[in-house]
Amino acid sequence: MTDIKIALVGNPNTGKSTLFNLLTGLNQKIGNFPGITVDKKVGFCRLESGRKAEVIDLPGTYSLYPKSKDESIVFQVLADPNNSSYPDVVVLVADATNLRRNLLLCTQVADLGIPMLLVLNMSDLAQKVGIEIDVNKLSERLGIQVVEMSARSNMGLEKLKTAIDNTSKICTQNSSVDATLFAPEAISGVKEIIKNENSYYALQVLHQHEYLTFFTPAQQEAIEHVEQSNGFVSSKIQGEETLARYRYLSTVLSNVIKDTGASRKFKVTDRLDSILTHKVWGLGIFLAILFLIFNAIFAWSSYPMDMIEGAFTWVTEVGHSKLPAGMLTDLLLDGVVAGLGGIVIFVPQIAILFAFISILEDTGYMARVTFMMDKMMRKVGLSGKSVVPMIGGLACAVPSIMAARNIESWKDRIITIMVTPLVSCSARLPVYILIISLIIPEENVFGVFNKQGLALMAMYLFGMLAAVLVAWVMKFIIKAKERSYFIMELPVYRMPRWKNVLYTVYEKSKTFIFEAGKVIIAISIVLWVMASFGPGDRFERIEQKYKPALNNPNQDQDHLQILISSEKLENSYVGILGHWIEPAIRPLGYDWKIGIALITSFAAREAFVGTMATIYSVDGGDEDTKTIRERMLVSVNSKTGLPVYTFATGISLMLFYAFAMQCMSTVAVVYRETKSWKWPLIQLGYMTALAYVASLVAYQLLS
Amino acid sequence: MKLSQLKQGERGTIVAFTDLEMSVKLMEMGCLPGEVVEVERFAPLGDPMAIRVSGYQLCLRKNEAAVIIIE
Repeated sequence: MTDIKIALVGNPNTGKSTLFNLLTGLNQKIGNFPGITVDKKVGFCRLESGRKAEVIDLPGTYSLYPKSKDESIVFQVLADPNNSSYPDVVVLVADATNLRRNLLLCTQVADLGIPMLLVLNMSDLAQKVGIEIDVNKLSERLGIQVVEMSARSNMGLEKLKTAIDNTSKICTQNSSVDATLFAPEAISGVKEIIKNENSYYALQVLHQHEYLTFFTPAQQEAIEHVEQSNGFVSSKIQGEETLARYRYLSTVLSNVIKDTGASRKFKVTDRLDSILTHKVWGLGIFLAILFLIFNAIFAWSSYPMDMIEGAFTWVTEVGHSKLPAGMLTDLLLDGVVAGLGGIVIFVPQIAILFAFISILEDTGYMARVTFMMDKMMRKVGLSGKSVVPMIGGLACAVPSIMAARNIESWKDRIITIMVTPLVSCSARLPVYILIISLIIPEENVFGVFNKQGLALMAMYLFGMLAAVLVAWVMKFIIKAKERSYFIMELPVYRMPRWKNVLYTVYEKSKTFIFEAGKVIIAISIVLWVMASFGPGDRFERIEQKYKPALNNPNQDQDHLQILISSEKLENSYVGILGHWIEPAIRPLGYDWKIGIALITSFAAREAFVGTMATIYSVDGGDEDTKTIRERMLVSVNSKTGLPVYTFATGISLMLFYAFAMQCMSTVAVVYRETKSWKWPLIQLGYMTALAYVASLVAYQLLS
Repeated sequence: MKLSQLKQGERGTIVAFTDLEMSVKLMEMGCLPGEVVEVERFAPLGDPMAIRVSGYQLCLRKNEAAVIIIE
């Protein structure tokens, strides 16, 4: 149990997360806000008085009126005293170098009547550029404690903790603007309905009651009625309120701030911007950084990935030799452990991707990327902010879809989520590599370009192209709920805070393992069961058939085992399923064995190589690709007697893997992010259709 | 004159907005009537644009800048 709950509230780019990390250290966790599917960052710390405090980091916002899904959390939490996250004290974090804009939110929160204090973060930076703030005068005028600190250079933390201890349970803040002036009748009407005497709270309820889940339907209806009968125009009143607050702030800040040359603050940023967002250099540097990230994702991750794979193989081997043989052991090792391995193997790539993304965000460069790309992305129905998830999609769609959260416009966000899985992710790479090595000769064209490399690049381009085209089509189909905005702060460039980068990497990897892990393990257990059992006495009959041969010492026992497991697979539930869907996939050039791979790949694409390995009776994974390859190369269709893996089939299969939604984790995360089955189902439907048609056309044209 | 019509390096004072909904967002971000804005630069493809206003750098699309009347 904790003694006090603290919420951190503030504008974006104020160093709120740095302060959160400083206060709580690694003593933090990701939770869920009740009823809302946005991650809640919670940490714990001990105050001077020995009290234990729970610290909640609320998403950054410029005002209590939300522009994005993340921002809407702030008021939802602060509005509901029964919410488990409702704070005893609000710590408002403000950027000392840009105080006036930051204080807008401060006065809004103050008027809600929650005990609070103000942190002037980045005070050292403000002093350096010649901004002097009279803290005592400011504190007196606002009626709350004001603490100067710098979370980045670890300065003022003790003062903050003492101030939190000293915050009384009774609000001390001076009232800023009189909310009743904006809509007197409507406010008094709402006060009656919700039984709350705070005028500003009533005004906020008038604006935002549609998003508040804790009112009864009768209350909602009554509020709606008050709104209608008083002709309440939300945006007009918001505008009046904002103007009134800024007028109030100019009186508060008069003789409080001495600004002697704030222009110095931008000197470095201006110089960097003139290069980094330059017409030619800007795009060139961006491409170079992208190339570096790709290279890192593929090159740096191979070593840890090999180690993880080795570790899991070792566990499986040791497990099989030490544990009593039987069904439970098989389920544990071949189902659960194999499933776990399938998840953990991606952690290095995800960690590297998130390290880069958080460095780019922390330095302020990501804001410039969205600035540069916005026009191009808007043409196809996306926003500049879609660039981040789409680049991330090259590694893995799951964290990238989560990263789409900070896109304000609902339509832009949905389209981004819908097309991100079309970008070829790292799980498709093994599939591409295996098939390319089967159907494309290892030759050079024009003496320099490797044909196989070109084919691989073409597959990535196809994915990107499909994403852009689908986005463009969706732009016309999906109706916008609100206008798309691109009003965004371009923060000054800063050095990345390595601690924050580490926290982000740790946190995202953890979320990935737990969230995606649950689904993958469930699916792999189901698949294992379906591949290990068959209907009726089919399995027994196979064993009977091979019994004489097994008892014959002159027969190659290993070879027999392979034959048995291969025949068992064909007669297992999965094998029957493969035969069952064969008619549907024959026009694409596939046989029932590929059918099985398609089914197992639905859980995760990377299951393809493993399934192929089992079906073609070869043990082991990647290192045996060559032998699988040879077996696949010589395999012939039992009906026609022709080779299965022709150029046409290979291309068709790769296109299928490029476009089809074969990833349970993505389906799960889209469900989690959109809060409905509608979007994941649409996505599953259109991607399957796209994959089928593309493969059909390719096979029919090429064969 | 509209903010979107300014060239790089030019400045003006905000006098009014032509779009109510947009004006709320802009004012929250510190674009208030009476405030001086300066065009810092345009994105490589000519849109959006970056402006300096109330002590920081803000970027917005040209059609959003077009609702800001300046002199």
